[in-house]
Amino acid sequence: MDATFLIASAVKVLVVLGFVLLGVPLIVWMERKVIGHMQDRIGPQRVGPFGLLQTIADGIKLFFKEDIVPDGADRVVFIIAPALPVITAFLALAVIPFGDTVRVAGHDIPLQITDVNIAVLWILGTTSMGVYGIVLGGWASNSKYPLLGGLRSSAQMISYELAQGISLVSVIVMTGTLSLASIVRQQEHLWFIVPQFFAFVIYILCGIAETNRAPFDLAEAETELVAGFHTEFSSMKFALYFLAEYANMMVVSGIAISVFFGGWHGPFLPPVVWFLIKLSLFLFFYVWLRATFPRLRYDQLMAFGWKVLLPASLLNLTVTALVVGLTA
Amino acid sequence: MSHVDPNSTVAFIPILMMLIVGVGFAVFTLVMSHFLGRRVYDPAKLGPYECGITPVGTARERFHTRFYLVAMLFIVFDIETVFLYPWAIVFKQLKIFGLIEMGVFVGILLIGLIYVWGKGALEWE
Repeated sequence: MDATFLIASAVKVLVVLGFVLLGVPLIVWMERKVIGHMQDRIGPQRVGPFGLLQTIADGIKLFFKEDIVPDGADRVVFIIAPALPVITAFLALAVIPFGDTVRVAGHDIPLQITDVNIAVLWILGTTSMGVYGIVLGGWASNSKYPLLGGLRSSAQMISYELAQGISLVSVIVMTGTLSLASIVRQQEHLWFIVPQFFAFVIYILCGIAETNRAPFDLAEAETELVAGFHTEFSSMKFALYFLAEYANMMVVSGIAISVFFGGWHGPFLPPVVWFLIKLSLFLFFYVWLRATFPRLRYDQLMAFGWKVLLPASLLNLTVTALVVGLTA
Repeated sequence: MSHVDPNSTVAFIPILMMLIVGVGFAVFTLVMSHFLGRRVYDPAKLGPYECGITPVGTARERFHTRFYLVAMLFIVFDIETVFLYPWAIVFKQLKIFGLIEMGVFVGILLIGLIYVWGKGALEWE
């Protein structure tokens, strides 16, 4: 360890933080614009060119909004809960490689905040910590809708986590490493989406359910639970939940890209550009799904997770292990 | 210095930085909104939101045991997943032995899943 390493790491941490803080308003803008056009509307267009500054204005506005802690709420938990999913999302982003090694002033800097040998396990661990923010937020509000939203959401998230974890094991069987940087490097000639297509399908379905996005957005089913677990949250507490949801979308997409879509590999363009292109496509896919599918019923959701995805991921793992075990 | 050994503890220092920055950001926004926001309280505003109807009873209601059941099933299968990870890493060295070993382990849990399924613990009606 030396000074270069510390400085480079600090710079990368700040760059990723800035990227998330500027990227989230951009994603929200994209979502509103795309869904607008898909529903034959225009979407935001007043603030800034093409309405680009609309979501940034919304974010700034939230700073000045009234900060309410409802009567009977557990004050300490109510204040801490919104911070948890944001922090865990940032921690997960720390191990995602977003580019190849670059040479800056005579030093080789890998474009990844840090390459740890347990990266995949680390991400699964941190993202499952995010469920605390939701269940505690729902419970601390002392209100019925948030409690129901928080409970539903926690049951949903832990159910889908199983199939998600097992679908990633199939890839680990092939790579023999948990380091995302090594997994990306092994995909130079063949992306793992080709041999592990079913694992990818299971992973991305679970990823969407983990981030509570449509069609699995049961945690905040507007039509039945008002806003689910964050009904009582206002001002920046609400904004932090909102930010966490979009940051977690980036995390899920980032893992999907690194594990199944060759990470930053791609022809002609620089690696970072390829990573950003793939990230944008994934985020567009998220929005597209939201505009296309109606929400599932809760019993359908749980049945799908336990009776379809979990056995399917185990079957996929068995086939992968058989093939690898008999040919290795 | 080019690369930090991914196996070393040093590789976790940037994660510590990320934790500090993340916590700092969350604290900053919460404190800022606390001071910037205008606050005018009245009892109706501070009450729990129930679509305009006066709240009935407490929000700390009892809820269905199914949620506990899901949590317990989750722990069983999550531990299975945790065991799968180290197995997957050394799988290429273990080969057929590893395949049979894990086949027995997963098979036992699979029987458990089928049993739970048959008992109707996965039904939400």
